[in-house]
Amino acid sequence: MSGTITPITMPKFGLAMTEGKLASWSLPVGKEVKAGDEIADIETSKITNGYESPAAGILRRQVAPEGEMLPVGALIGVLADADVSDAEIDAFIQNFNDNFSSGETEDKNSDATARKIVDVGDLKISVQESGNRETGSSVLLIHGFGGDVSNWMLTQSALASSHHVIAFDLPGHGESTKQVGDGTPTGFAKTVEDLIKALDLSEAHVVGHSLGGAIALELAKSAPNLVKSLILIAPAGLGQDINMNFINGFIDADRRKTLEPVLQYLVHDKSLISRQMVEGIIRYKRLDGVVSGLKTIASANFPDGKQAVSLRSVLETFDKPVQILWGEQDEILSTKDADGLPATIGVTRFPETGHMPQLEQAAAVNKKISQFIE
Amino acid sequence: MSRKSFRQAINEALRQEMRRDPRVILMGEDVAGGRGGTSGVKDAWGGVLGVTKGLLTEFGEDRVLDTPITEASYIGAAAGAAATGLRPVAELMFVDFIGCCLDQIMNQAAKFRYMFGGKARTPLVIRAMYGAGFNAAAQHSQALYPLFTHIPGLKVVVPSSPYEAKGLLIEAIRDDDPVIFLENKVMYDDEEDVPDEPYTIPFGEANLTREGDDVTIVAFGRMVNLANQAADRLEKDGISCTVIDPRTTSPLDTGTILDCVADTGRLVIVDESSPRCNLATDVAALVAEEAFDALKAPIRRVVPPHTPVPFATVLENLYMPSVEKIEAAVRSVAAYRVKEEA
Repeated sequence: MSGTITPITMPKFGLAMTEGKLASWSLPVGKEVKAGDEIADIETSKITNGYESPAAGILRRQVAPEGEMLPVGALIGVLADADVSDAEIDAFIQNFNDNFSSGETEDKNSDATARKIVDVGDLKISVQESGNRETGSSVLLIHGFGGDVSNWMLTQSALASSHHVIAFDLPGHGESTKQVGDGTPTGFAKTVEDLIKALDLSEAHVVGHSLGGAIALELAKSAPNLVKSLILIAPAGLGQDINMNFINGFIDADRRKTLEPVLQYLVHDKSLISRQMVEGIIRYKRLDGVVSGLKTIASANFPDGKQAVSLRSVLETFDKPVQILWGEQDEILSTKDADGLPATIGVTRFPETGHMPQLEQAAAVNKKISQFIE
Repeated sequence: MSRKSFRQAINEALRQEMRRDPRVILMGEDVAGGRGGTSGVKDAWGGVLGVTKGLLTEFGEDRVLDTPITEASYIGAAAGAAATGLRPVAELMFVDFIGCCLDQIMNQAAKFRYMFGGKARTPLVIRAMYGAGFNAAAQHSQALYPLFTHIPGLKVVVPSSPYEAKGLLIEAIRDDDPVIFLENKVMYDDEEDVPDEPYTIPFGEANLTREGDDVTIVAFGRMVNLANQAADRLEKDGISCTVIDPRTTSPLDTGTILDCVADTGRLVIVDESSPRCNLATDVAALVAEEAFDALKAPIRRVVPPHTPVPFATVLENLYMPSVEKIEAAVRSVAAYRVKEEA
């Protein structure tokens, strides 16, 4: 063979993903790409996401046509150098497909992933663990208002290669008990503290997004011994402004037509909000107790259209590493809330990114987190 | 969340609502499961296809009542019980038996709220099996949801999957009006992920199981699955379909149907009930009246012939709408081009 051939395969965005649709190719055949260039949009049952090339080369073949649903690991394209002949590429594709089994990828990952219900006092908390707790430090992921573990689908699997990673559904969310208590970050932080103890962890790097950021800050205040470091992604609790059109719209929307425009506040690239994502959230909102729980959280945290809880002072006294990541085009919370913090706190703002950089800038966010917790 | 069959999803909905609300009772022939037989074994059967199994054991004879084989009496009793404060779920077994108790439904339960000036509530659910494909012959295979849809005062639900069945049945039990809840008997072993917690799906809100640009398919109950299979095949040839599951035939989400037809300009309706005055004709009339200008091709209906359901397998298969018939109908409307005026 004259040069390098690199298979481009259906990626696994998140632990639950078993198949994905190649929504569209971003580049034509023959185009030279660098590692990290976006080459296609992949649609999963949760979200549509850009797929970044794992290597450099020329996109020699688009094996999967647009619109095709394929299992994780299936060949969707081929990168190769210019000196590789078409016959060699044909043989490579033939050989890959002859030896591909769609169950392999899932089997390889199944041992490393576990979804379980953990009793935390009277609450049942749905926890998704991955990675090896014997070889890496623990990372705890706390999602935001209305979210669930799927908010971390592009984060958890990436971090799990080197760390023990725990995502969970907050009370009132996902598959956890729907009782939210008083709905305050203080109350949620107590649940998180109890969860950490129930999981028999001595400490964890804590990553909090939006309301999850405020909960992480409360945890750092009330149980600093459990927090090894803080990574706050578009955190609540650092300012007053909040887009109540999102909060109220999310609570009130009961059908696809009304929910979809509300979810678009979450991202800069509106095309990321897929039909399946909207349907998944509608299904969550239909569960008994969800809407009343969300109302309790909203009135505890955002009465009169402003954030009620200020946790900036925590960052002035917390003596462990803190990093803040924020999308410059956040339409729900203001990135200006990260201004004026102690100089020791690193703040990264991602351009052309909305409220969920862990979805819109997954590779960059994962890299930042990995470097920070090394 | 766990994988559940259509049968388990319905059983779970009943169980959870009976736990939540002591006013919810079950009644019907053999819902308690062969209790009146000579074996002496209680809760042995759980209805003719095992849907209510286990509920007698948990809730007892006061709330799970086996009735005599007299539909007129127990459907009438259920309507009366609903009007006086209970929330009965009566099982009619095969919907074909409606002939024995239509007056209790059509002239009594359906009209209570209207005739008593809104002061009477009738939180009654009547569950029944419908549909062909089970070799159950002409008296046990009909799809009679158009008959109920025709009657003002009734809400009519035709779920298309286990997830849909659980959420729609809980909604039906919590509804203060009489609801006819029709379960396709061929679907009882269909499985999918269904939340373990109670949840409700609102009536009158259609579900788009997929969205496409070329043809709108409206399908009811089990036909939704067939329509999706046909759409999968068609997509490979570049024909993209929107598939609408109306979920409820009364109320009917006319807005979603009209919006989708406005987008695609082409409509195929799949309905396994007899073709005259069925849901397909109703939807076709709606679109002809309200969205005629949007149509780029004649509306096509995929429906059975106007005959009783045959018993013989080969004839029953021929009778029913199929993936192939849906696919052919969609191809024909997709290929249709309006002749240019001379």
